[in-house]
Amino acid sequence: MATFNFELGTLPPEAESLREEVRAFLAETLGGAAAHRRARSWGGYDRAFSRKVGARGWIGLTWPQRYGGHERTALERYVLLEEMLAAGAPVSAHWVADRQSGPLLLRFGTEAQRERFLPRIARGELSFAIGMSEPDSGSDLASIRTRAERVEGGYRVSGTKVWTSNAHLADYAIALFRTRVVPDKKHEGLSQFLVDLKGPGITIRPIVDLSGAHHFNEVVFDSAFVPEDLRVGEEGAGWAQVSAELAFERSGPERYLSSIHLLIELIRELGAEPGERAAAVVGRLVAHLATLRQMSLSVAGMLQAGKNPNLEAAVVKDVGTGFEQEIPEVVHGLLGLEPRIDTGTELDKTLGYLIQHAPSFSLRGGTREVLRGIIARGLGLR
Amino acid sequence: MATELRQLLADTCARLFADRVTKELTESAEHGTWPAALWQTVEESGLTLPQVPEERGGAGGSWLDAHVVLTASGRFAVPLPLGETMLAGFLLSQAGIDVPLGPLTVAPVARDERLRLARDGAAWRLTGRAARVPWGRDAGHVVVAVAAGDGPTLVGLVAGGAARVTPDRNLALEPRDALDWDGAPLVAVAPAPALDADRIRALGAMVRAAQMAGGLESLLTQTARYVSERRQFGRPLASFQAIQHNLAVLAGHTAAAAMAAASAFRAAERGDPGFEAAVAKIRAGEAAGIGAGIAHQCHGAIGFTYEHHLHFVTRRLWSWRAEFGGEGEWSERLGRQVCARGADRLWADVTAR
Repeated sequence: MATFNFELGTLPPEAESLREEVRAFLAETLGGAAAHRRARSWGGYDRAFSRKVGARGWIGLTWPQRYGGHERTALERYVLLEEMLAAGAPVSAHWVADRQSGPLLLRFGTEAQRERFLPRIARGELSFAIGMSEPDSGSDLASIRTRAERVEGGYRVSGTKVWTSNAHLADYAIALFRTRVVPDKKHEGLSQFLVDLKGPGITIRPIVDLSGAHHFNEVVFDSAFVPEDLRVGEEGAGWAQVSAELAFERSGPERYLSSIHLLIELIRELGAEPGERAAAVVGRLVAHLATLRQMSLSVAGMLQAGKNPNLEAAVVKDVGTGFEQEIPEVVHGLLGLEPRIDTGTELDKTLGYLIQHAPSFSLRGGTREVLRGIIARGLGLR
Repeated sequence: MATELRQLLADTCARLFADRVTKELTESAEHGTWPAALWQTVEESGLTLPQVPEERGGAGGSWLDAHVVLTASGRFAVPLPLGETMLAGFLLSQAGIDVPLGPLTVAPVARDERLRLARDGAAWRLTGRAARVPWGRDAGHVVVAVAAGDGPTLVGLVAGGAARVTPDRNLALEPRDALDWDGAPLVAVAPAPALDADRIRALGAMVRAAQMAGGLESLLTQTARYVSERRQFGRPLASFQAIQHNLAVLAGHTAAAAMAAASAFRAAERGDPGFEAAVAKIRAGEAAGIGAGIAHQCHGAIGFTYEHHLHFVTRRLWSWRAEFGGEGEWSERLGRQVCARGADRLWADVTAR
């Protein structure tokens, strides 16, 4: 049987000293932000904050200096991310570009694309969205139908992308389009493009989530022109590239920390001397938290060592998102609180935010079912 | 380099246990026969006291080596008191006492039991009762830890034959005996300032967590193999999505238990396993319960028979989960510590480990 290998990760001293810098920066920048705001975590979008992070040299941390990066290690980046998330920093305006668009360009982009985009991403000036899902293509991503047809100097794109987070705020999207229809071979003929979201032929409409919040969008392309030099990678190589991109998306600490602010508020509410049952609930959650952090750190160590921990990353995300979803359940079960929006304690409001957003935790970045399929394949079952 | 040596150690354990711990041997041990030849081989291979200093009679390695051996012992359901011997050896070495050869165990293991030591001229004598002592009847020596008023914990070494033994056992038919001492003479006794009852219990919990992590690895391997071979409705069980997803869940719990246990042994090597041992016992215990359930479900009725070997692991998991404190005890203890530190210390404490 093929199997996984989680080795204990260790953080080098430079990562721990970066941690102190990041903590000091966040304490100063975020000040006394309320828990229910912090709970938004990587959903919080704040360009001014992203520029400050860029000015500190903390976007594109591992990228080459010639593209505005800082050539530091993946483990330092790991610490930076976990501190941002644990503080509930509003990282969304640079999160996608730092995590996947930039690395994608580094790996598959042209020199001109790297020079044009990466330094501005690293300064926190450029914000990216992801154009993958379509109305008829969710988990079955390879079935997308948005067409990019060759015309002189580039492509004409027609079709619709959905669940495009922050498309209304971002500058660019990296989108997956069908450049060629190959009957019965849906994974072929796909290509990735850099799309200027402010350009002509593109209409962005809000998709409001169940809590009334607007972060998702529908992005409609109506013969929108995309120049040839904004195609990323070879024509037809989109599926392999997108798979690599999704691997960046799966492995980070954002896959187990989404509900940590609720756990923190629970501990605050219980005080220094909790009852027996409450103490046991907290202890169990902390045991899961500490274990997931070690697992996530282990994956970061494998990435730093140049390994390809796809199976391990899928395991962390599956276990981690389950943990994120369990916290609101457990808090509700323990205290019987009514989740609230506007009034009530910080705990009530944090619960109100997370109960409503928890369903998305095991959908975004690959559903639980897709991940379990990946794990089963890794175990040799399919 | 240390990692490669530990891989060699893991390979050595796997080869030895795969070769020697046959179904017949395990069954005979469960029927009460002490596997003397297996013990001798394992001891001669230097696997019984990996983390005890050489000058005290051990192999001079670290808790990380102990972790490797114990995980393998759990994976192969080795019917020997390896964890108990390592724990006892550690207590003795902490007290500066030489570690004797042969199987060892520790007492007391029940939460609120206290043994008493009394001076008798130049010698010391032990009195009291300890229930559920692992391998109590088979241990060549028993290592006892006795609280001595405000002073440091006293660690004593007493010969195995010095107690009246009332046999008892756990679900896996491993000996868990009641031992009674009535003024039994000690072979040696010395204070161990770094040890108290909580620390000893944490080390015991950590040992069981590693064994459970090994047991879960075995369940994952056995179950993946079984569902690939067994066919129903004209195709392998592994081709059914419901089965695949069950295996994925089992894999997640297996990975989590392994990570939590490994982390605890690293903390022990650094000197303070309190937090990580609690985490490991909670996480591995939960994984054991869920994992055993999934493994049995996927094996169907055949896995529920005595004839099939699945139960050699699952019965151990069900018992080990409770020994040295179940998830409830450890969760409550950890939760109290976390709350006493306060909400704003949580993240700093978790990342400091």
